[in-house]
Amino acid sequence: MTDAIRRSDALKGWRSSAEHEAERREVEEEDRRLAEERKKIVRDGPKLKGEKLAARLHATWRRPRGFIGWLATVDHKEIGRRYIVTALIFLALGGVLSLAMRVQLARPDQNLIGAARYNELFTMHGSTMMFLFAVPVMEGVAVFIIPLMLGTRSTAFPRLNAFSYYMYLFGGMLLWGAFLLNIGPDIGWFAYTPLSGPQFSPGKRADIWAQMITFTEVSALAAAVVLTTTILKTRAPGMTLARMPLFAWAMLVVAVMIIFAMPSVALASSFLISDRLVGTQFYNHFEHGDALLWQHLFWFFGHPEVYIIFLPATGFVSVMVETFCRRPVFAYPVVVLALISTGILSFGLWVHHMFATGLPRVGYSFYTAASMSVSIPTGLQIFCWLATIWDGRPRFTVPMLYVIGFIFTFVIGGLTGVIIASVPLDLELHDTYFIVAHFHYVLIGGAVFPLLGILTYWYPKITGRMMSETLGKIGFWMILLGFQLTFFPMHFSGMLGMPRRVYTYPAGLGLELPNLLSSIGAFVVAAAVLLFVINGVVSLYRGAIAPPNPWDAASLEWATSSPPPVYNFEHIPVIESRTPLWDQEGEFPVVTGLRVDDKEMLLTTVVAAAPDLREPVPEASLWPLIAAIATAVLFVSSIFSPWAIPFGTIPAAIALIAWFWPKEIKRHPEPVIT
Amino acid sequence: MMARLRTAAASIPLLLCACSYQNYQSDFAGAAVQNRQFQILFWIFLGICAVMYLLVIAFLVAGMVRARRAGEANVVEIGRHHESDPLMRSGLIGWAAVIGTGLAALAIASFAADRSMANAAVHPGLSITVTGNQWWWDIQYSASDTSKSIRTANELHLPVGIPAHITLQSNDVIHSFWVPSLAGKEDLIPGRQTDVTITPQKIGIYRGQCAEFCGAQHAHMALVVNVDSYDHFINWWNRQMQAAPPPSNPLALAGYNIVTTRQCASCHAITGTPASATVGPDLTHLAGRRSIAAGALPMSKAGLYGWIADPQAIKPGAKMPPVGLEPNELHAVVAYLETLK
Repeated sequence: MTDAIRRSDALKGWRSSAEHEAERREVEEEDRRLAEERKKIVRDGPKLKGEKLAARLHATWRRPRGFIGWLATVDHKEIGRRYIVTALIFLALGGVLSLAMRVQLARPDQNLIGAARYNELFTMHGSTMMFLFAVPVMEGVAVFIIPLMLGTRSTAFPRLNAFSYYMYLFGGMLLWGAFLLNIGPDIGWFAYTPLSGPQFSPGKRADIWAQMITFTEVSALAAAVVLTTTILKTRAPGMTLARMPLFAWAMLVVAVMIIFAMPSVALASSFLISDRLVGTQFYNHFEHGDALLWQHLFWFFGHPEVYIIFLPATGFVSVMVETFCRRPVFAYPVVVLALISTGILSFGLWVHHMFATGLPRVGYSFYTAASMSVSIPTGLQIFCWLATIWDGRPRFTVPMLYVIGFIFTFVIGGLTGVIIASVPLDLELHDTYFIVAHFHYVLIGGAVFPLLGILTYWYPKITGRMMSETLGKIGFWMILLGFQLTFFPMHFSGMLGMPRRVYTYPAGLGLELPNLLSSIGAFVVAAAVLLFVINGVVSLYRGAIAPPNPWDAASLEWATSSPPPVYNFEHIPVIESRTPLWDQEGEFPVVTGLRVDDKEMLLTTVVAAAPDLREPVPEASLWPLIAAIATAVLFVSSIFSPWAIPFGTIPAAIALIAWFWPKEIKRHPEPVIT
Repeated sequence: MMARLRTAAASIPLLLCACSYQNYQSDFAGAAVQNRQFQILFWIFLGICAVMYLLVIAFLVAGMVRARRAGEANVVEIGRHHESDPLMRSGLIGWAAVIGTGLAALAIASFAADRSMANAAVHPGLSITVTGNQWWWDIQYSASDTSKSIRTANELHLPVGIPAHITLQSNDVIHSFWVPSLAGKEDLIPGRQTDVTITPQKIGIYRGQCAEFCGAQHAHMALVVNVDSYDHFINWWNRQMQAAPPPSNPLALAGYNIVTTRQCASCHAITGTPASATVGPDLTHLAGRRSIAAGALPMSKAGLYGWIADPQAIKPGAKMPPVGLEPNELHAVVAYLETLK
């Protein structure tokens, strides 16, 4: 009503009073109509609860039936599951490549895999693991679990979420399709110019790498926007920032990091593509470009990338430590500040990848100090977990075993990281197998171990069944010991002078034994991963049926059934503590009044999580898929002709316009409450 | 005492590896001032890091053992589970102080080592330019009397005790100059000049290798460093200044004719002959070197046969094409090249 009066007042100035009168009557008419409509709205509340509510919500939220509905879904749980499964497939593919490399390196002077093929293998291994496994799997887990953890019905921007998944899928298909067609990249996952430039990498291999990067940039940026907004705006009422689960904090930091880091590599790869495609000279020193520019841009992204992979894993560890020690993580504010400061510091370290490039030495000292200082927040986080274990009553289930394995392994990687932060030490160790050992300790020990733990932990929430504890324990010991057997000897091969990215090495340097051990260990690790997959598949059919909260955990994802219904929660819960399921006995207080005849979710304020707005949630739609296909056609064809960019933009633009086409321009039956 | 300790410590990796080990391409040969400084710093870092690791693991194990204490396991103690042990709160502050102090000590040690390495580079006694190529090293020794400057490839000779200043540059992609036993690596970047200073202390043969991925044959871009006494070094330099001897028998003469008139001369140079191209390695004293094609094969008659007959079989992707010689031509070329000592 007030709205209508304000509108008619504004019109007074320039319309005749008769026109004004007609306008006013029209508005009043509209108001009456809306009031009628408002009466018909169905919402949850004391009158509508239990099975009736569930049935109603199910009818509203379920996606359209059939294959089209499957493609069109915007359900964050389905998208998250697809993300995770796709990323695990890429993990397996990348792992197979590493086995091939380890076979080639098992003995000196072997020629089972030629130089050119070997260079493809390590390029594919690195690119797959970094861009198609590690980052997407973290995003996938987050997309699945974050809305459940926060007590809401959907992610923000669910269609963007679907688009993000399809872009990731198409990027992965491009890279692997090219590899199978024998035009896979062979320039390393870092693609240093000028080796990746037009002069030294003729053909399309380097372009395929660069465009795969573009796909994953777009996908990761979309996922980051979805996650940031979801975490900041859709938390359950009462879940203030200070009560937010630590995993949500970790993902918030990571999503913001993606938003700052990805543009740098987007710039770098776009420069590279335009150098290759249309003869710009960004990296060509003969034309006053600079070969080192690539390294600065790439590592300004590349170093934060490592933390983009590692920080979600620290969130996993916090989740598992809390549940299995029966205590909230010790010193919550310290852990949160550690996450944030790691995120900030990680943008000031990139030059430690470039200590051998002859930049000014005093400048290097700053990067040494910055690189070392990252170990302060990480060290504090480790203390907080250990203090929780000390203080609590740990249960050594499979996820908790992975936490223990994580601490044993990751700390070694962290400390070798301190060693190579020193310039004089790094100059000897840089680009050797010592570095290979270091970052596998950090990435496998620091990220994959917690990931395997958390997949075991959330498996009942994802599938409704428990994974086998016995197989899980066998797999854990195999991967822990196999990992050490593979990567510990690499420290020695590095110190004995073995550089990275060599397809063979001569006999007589002392490299035979460490390489043989690494090769044997690699197969043990592969067997352990295979066992994990077998456990996952078998448990899907044979696992014990999971109750809603099998681990007796404290966060909200366990407040709904396993697996959750399509609408996640019947009522939106209200939170009064950091560990609601432990503290809030009996029935949860809930907010009611959300529409159930239309998809709607509750937005809350950023800091205090007070109810703020009711937000309509988009229906399932094919347009994100069509837009992703159009964008994929644009990206892929631009490898072959610059004309693809102007012409390819047209279908992409059409798809985006259709996607965002407003369904109706009319006032909503009720103003959104603020 | 300290020195013995260090030697003992330096042998740890080898003991653990328990394999035939020659200090040939190891970070722990201690064959130059720079490498010894690296070692001292490395052991300081490793020592402090090992202490930190043990602290973490001790705390973890203690926590796990404490888990067995009396009381019902698997219970969230309602009402008091948010209270944490006051011991832990002081522990957190103490831990932060330990990390901070340890890192400060390491950062200062690192800075001091870096400075002292940089100062050692101030008074070089020898000036060398190494140019990276896919996949070999072009090496030029410059003398104040330019007629005494020499050019060679893939083999560096250094006099013991004299700081050698090596200027690094690249003709194509980024490479990295690395002789682990002597000093840390430094990149060779097209369009830029970098440098590294090495002060060798132990006579011996050391192997180095390109450490930055540089394309198909990155694995076969090795270099031999021969650290010798000053007198031997000067003798070597004098030999390098001499032109190639004229062929002394009919077979070598035939080889000479092929090398100087066929494809060979369009890439390679042999001083004292019409062959003077600089695309490939200088061959003037080829047979005096220890290896062929940047470490792909040891120098020998068989190696020369194999390499010249089909370089692409030995080092696929190398820039040297198969020349397509008849067997008798191959005999002649090898016979001639063998005279280039």
